[in-house]
Amino acid sequence: MFELANPNRFQKFAKRILPWVAGIAVAAMGAGLVIGLFLAPPDYQQGESVRIMYVHVPSAWMALGIYTAIAVASGCFLIWKYPLADVLARAAAPIGAGFTLITLVTGSLWGKPTWGTWWVWDARLTSVLILFFLYLGYIALRNAFEDPTRSAKAAAVLALVGFVNVPIIKWSVDWWHTLHQPASVVRFDGPTIHASMLIPLLLMATGFAAFFTVLLLIRVRSALVARKIRALRLVQAGAGPHIDEA
Amino acid sequence: MTRKRRRLLFVLSGLIALGIAATLILTALEDNLVFFYSPSDLQIKAVQPTERIRVGGLVEEGSVKKNETGLEVTFRVTDLKHAITVHYRGPLPDLFREGQGIVAEGNLQTDGTFKASQVLAKHDENYMPPEVADALKRAGRWQEGKPE
Repeated sequence: MFELANPNRFQKFAKRILPWVAGIAVAAMGAGLVIGLFLAPPDYQQGESVRIMYVHVPSAWMALGIYTAIAVASGCFLIWKYPLADVLARAAAPIGAGFTLITLVTGSLWGKPTWGTWWVWDARLTSVLILFFLYLGYIALRNAFEDPTRSAKAAAVLALVGFVNVPIIKWSVDWWHTLHQPASVVRFDGPTIHASMLIPLLLMATGFAAFFTVLLLIRVRSALVARKIRALRLVQAGAGPHIDEA
Repeated sequence: MTRKRRRLLFVLSGLIALGIAATLILTALEDNLVFFYSPSDLQIKAVQPTERIRVGGLVEEGSVKKNETGLEVTFRVTDLKHAITVHYRGPLPDLFREGQGIVAEGNLQTDGTFKASQVLAKHDENYMPPEVADALKRAGRWQEGKPE
């Protein structure tokens, strides 16, 4: 595990596993979509609109999971100064923001036919909106400096502070009266969702996780290459004829 | 090594302090964080008729009465301990029915009833195909709106 903290070794590792993860993403999402949209039964109350869940719930899991990963990577970067941890956190943030946006939009589309409203300011919906803004703030902070390495520490602190929101999102539906229902899958007494709906849901979740990994690996690889180019340019500029002009 | 350990302790203690602060704030704000009150909450809280609030609970079995036009509806919202009568005029969500969880927004009246301007359906955490729901009902194992 710690071997991979070396960027060069990570590059090789990423190149090797990328096609496999991409294969899992395509297979799991393909199967999940076909089963979820066509083969799985409608819900006894929600009817066909239950199918929105197959996108909404995995997106929400990814939104929370990616933020947690960013917080852990930020902690590793602050404490042990692993440069790769910082690159990973930076690369993951826009993907997490994307999943959060998908969660908010699909939830709204489901809310109208089910609840009778596109949006309410209950604790769950509001805390997920805050998560979206945390992602945006993190991305903005990372781009506020010309030299990306300078923003690393500030962004890592922001990511760790914002992590306090993650348990709030998860348990908001248990701590307070919310319009949003409590968890159906990740709960102590087992899932309250029928197996015929749980299977496509878990397939989609696997597909989303693999899709995220593919995007992350590609983004980290290009970030590492960009880093190398920047370092080479600095060396070149230092050794070049400009030095006489200074 | 010691420097790393110091940074680790610093980050951990920072997170713990942050967690405690957040817990205290959220506990203090509890009243503002709940999306609705239950009928039992209303027994304890002194809510003025001018205050816009939300009441949530289950639509009591056999309590739904619609007028001739079907536009005005009266029903009772219960949390199985206390109940409150709700008057509402307007379109109801598709999921509205007896035994269903709902949230009504409006004002408490001086006579103790509730005048709602909006009614939202609350969906519970149970997902199942219609056949399974029917089978459960036939087997007598159906618990409509079991208390949370």
